[in-house]
Amino acid sequence: MMTLLHNDFVLEIIRLVLYAVGLIAFAAFNAAYLSLLERKIPSWFQLRYGPKEVGWWGLLQPVADGIKLLTKQLLVQRGADVVLFKLAPAMVIIPAIMCLATIPFSETLVPRNINLGLLVIFSFSAIHVIGTMLGGWASYNKYASIAAARVVAQNIAYEIPLLLILVSLVMITHSFNLHTIVDQQAGGFWHWNVLRLSASPLMPVAFIIYFICMLAESNRAPFDMVEAESELIAGAFTEYSGMGFGLFFIAEYANIVVGCALGTILFLGGWHCPFGLLPGLHWFLIKMYFLCFTVIWVRWSFPRTQFYGLLNLSWKVLIPIALANLMITAIMLKLF
Amino acid sequence: MSIEAKSIHRETFVINLGPQHPATHGVLRIKLTMDGEYIDDAEPIIGYGHRMHEKMGENRTYAKFLPNTARMDYVAALFNSFGYVGAVERLAGITVPERAEYIRVITAELNRVASHLLWAGAFLIDLGGFTPLLYTFDDREQILDLLESVTGARLTFCYYRFGGVCNDIDDEFVAGTRQFITRLRSRMPMYHALITKNIIFRKRCEGIGPITADVCRRYGGTGPVLRGAGVAYDVRKAEPYSAYPQFDFNVPVYPESDCMARYLVRMDEIVESLRIIEQALDKLPAGPVMAEKVPRFLKPPKGECYFNVESARGSFGVRAISDGTDKAYRMKLRSPCFSNLSLFQECSRGMLLADALALLGSLDLVIPDIDR
Amino acid sequence: MWNYFKLIATGSWSLAVGMWIVLLHAFKRPVTVQYPYESVTLPARYRGHIELKREAAGGQPKCVACLACQRACPSGCIALDGVKPEGATRKVLTRYTLNFTTCSLCGLCVESCAFDALQFSKDYNLASVRKEDYQMDLLTPGEKHS
Repeated sequence: MMTLLHNDFVLEIIRLVLYAVGLIAFAAFNAAYLSLLERKIPSWFQLRYGPKEVGWWGLLQPVADGIKLLTKQLLVQRGADVVLFKLAPAMVIIPAIMCLATIPFSETLVPRNINLGLLVIFSFSAIHVIGTMLGGWASYNKYASIAAARVVAQNIAYEIPLLLILVSLVMITHSFNLHTIVDQQAGGFWHWNVLRLSASPLMPVAFIIYFICMLAESNRAPFDMVEAESELIAGAFTEYSGMGFGLFFIAEYANIVVGCALGTILFLGGWHCPFGLLPGLHWFLIKMYFLCFTVIWVRWSFPRTQFYGLLNLSWKVLIPIALANLMITAIMLKLF
Repeated sequence: MSIEAKSIHRETFVINLGPQHPATHGVLRIKLTMDGEYIDDAEPIIGYGHRMHEKMGENRTYAKFLPNTARMDYVAALFNSFGYVGAVERLAGITVPERAEYIRVITAELNRVASHLLWAGAFLIDLGGFTPLLYTFDDREQILDLLESVTGARLTFCYYRFGGVCNDIDDEFVAGTRQFITRLRSRMPMYHALITKNIIFRKRCEGIGPITADVCRRYGGTGPVLRGAGVAYDVRKAEPYSAYPQFDFNVPVYPESDCMARYLVRMDEIVESLRIIEQALDKLPAGPVMAEKVPRFLKPPKGECYFNVESARGSFGVRAISDGTDKAYRMKLRSPCFSNLSLFQECSRGMLLADALALLGSLDLVIPDIDR
Repeated sequence: MWNYFKLIATGSWSLAVGMWIVLLHAFKRPVTVQYPYESVTLPARYRGHIELKREAAGGQPKCVACLACQRACPSGCIALDGVKPEGATRKVLTRYTLNFTTCSLCGLCVESCAFDALQFSKDYNLASVRKEDYQMDLLTPGEKHS
């Protein structure tokens, strides 16, 4: 038995299984407790108390929500495409959890440090679009079809500025490896990529563009046309009940977590302390949850954009600025 | 060889907005014929909340109809009572004492402020911003507390009577109202910074939902809808009633005719109403709050009378025809929301769904007022 | 061209101001009342259902069964009876029921009473699952709703 444990292959299997379970648990717990924070944080802004009956400070509220979703009947509309209808939630949540496999949470805590980690995350995060679109289209519901069409247009439009920002970042860091990108930001916060003005004076703007694109990719307000409550009820998810809806819900928060984690890695220095002291997992989590708080904060501050306003913002504002950033980065790289 | 242009076959589909829908402010059904995302035709279907108030007006004595008036447009309930008691008083020739007129104006303007605050919050919810609703409701709560201390009710007031009001106001109410006026005045810059100047709100409202003065004239649109189209018609100035001629206030008019103009008209009306309340509190005369010789069972002489007031939503009118008995022969209630809704069908043609919902929200509809 | 940049700048500034205002509210105390653990204080003129005023000495209701309130009610929710005992000057109330399901709290009954026998109560915790609880017997209120 003990010799088996010295076997590298077995250790690797054990490690992978632990990471797989850990990642799914991380995604699920984050989804559960981000949904509680989603209700508590606006309660602070809106001068009221959030959920506080179920458990102290509402900490058991996600458990209650989960039980509610699990005990509902899973209905499939007559005329809906059953296979696609049931496949869509899976197609939305699986890529989000897979993206977490390449994210380094600290120096040693990374499931798979792939050399092309950034590219892997970027390509996987585009798959959830198909899932939402199929879910809306296979529902045999007019409202859902409209939302499905909107989702595709919105996500395609916001992939492009995201790609341009990431390309300009890779030009600076010379590597797709996320671990390397964080290593280059060691030291205090003046080394962070967001303030690396020597590489490009538009770096803070690039960070803001990344943030906006991340909001749009995860269909969060003010870009939540997909589930625009006052217009289309629940948009693409109108026909889903019980855990089908629950999976879409979890996937939304998993996408937010991936986006915020990527944001901390790329721009905010990953697991390094802002003042150059002890790096560690706790700094990573603090920064990631700060970005999640900002995501929730933005949602509850503004009204929703119109659909063409959303697309105009991407094509007419974000892409030109991202292109300008790319050019400036290239020029500065060549000159200095 | 010429190619004959074939007529493009446009495939439209019919979608139902309501009667259960978060954005229709009540039970209103709109049958939308949509061409993709654009609206081809929007047909409002009303009647889900019809409770036959006008018939009840014929079957009840004048005094017994008073609770009904608050249940039509319940958000600005005092205006409905105002119109009704004004019409009956004119029919029966009852004069209202000065103090009662001032109290009516103060409570009605407080109700107008409360109604506009509720509308501002609900309009923002239609557009997707949930937080300002809570802030406006915080202010509205103070108004409702003030009105509750005087009338005993918070939403459906049965406070005006023929010949005056049923309870007098006390110093606590006056002090509370002055404090509220100061507080709301200091909060208006916050609302303008949070909502009016917000780029997303401006993009949603500027240039959206044009309702021109010509459309208003054809459909009978009144109130902020008309004043947002550039026409300076306010019943308080055009056909003055009650104590309004004694107050100095402006009527905000914006010529742009879009959703933003209607929003700005209502926000400015809040400020003007606060001015009116302040002047009324300063000049409040002493005296009785009820006319002396009002018969218990009112039998107005034969005749008819039309009395309209400037409600928060437009011109609310009551046409009372009396045949000499203690029950009215006809009690016609002119609802401002009914006329404002009727122009939705023409104005929303060719608009996107989100813009049409912004237009519907800016009309400030309360569906029970349409259905009565 | 200049307008384009100006719009981006003013727009971003307005969004930042909006977010700041919302954040400042997070540091204020909540204004909600945690009913049912806390309750709101009711004003003096609060309109609960009506109740009979009683004489200071003896606790008899002041009502003389003149039926003015029954006639004044728009919804017909008051039903009362009275008898005149031998040798008494005024009628004595034998039954006074209020059908609260149709009452609109208009106050016309309270105003129509010439003997100051009715007033609004401050009862507001009136949730019940049975309709019979709202057929209120105001003469013997001890057996009211549960």
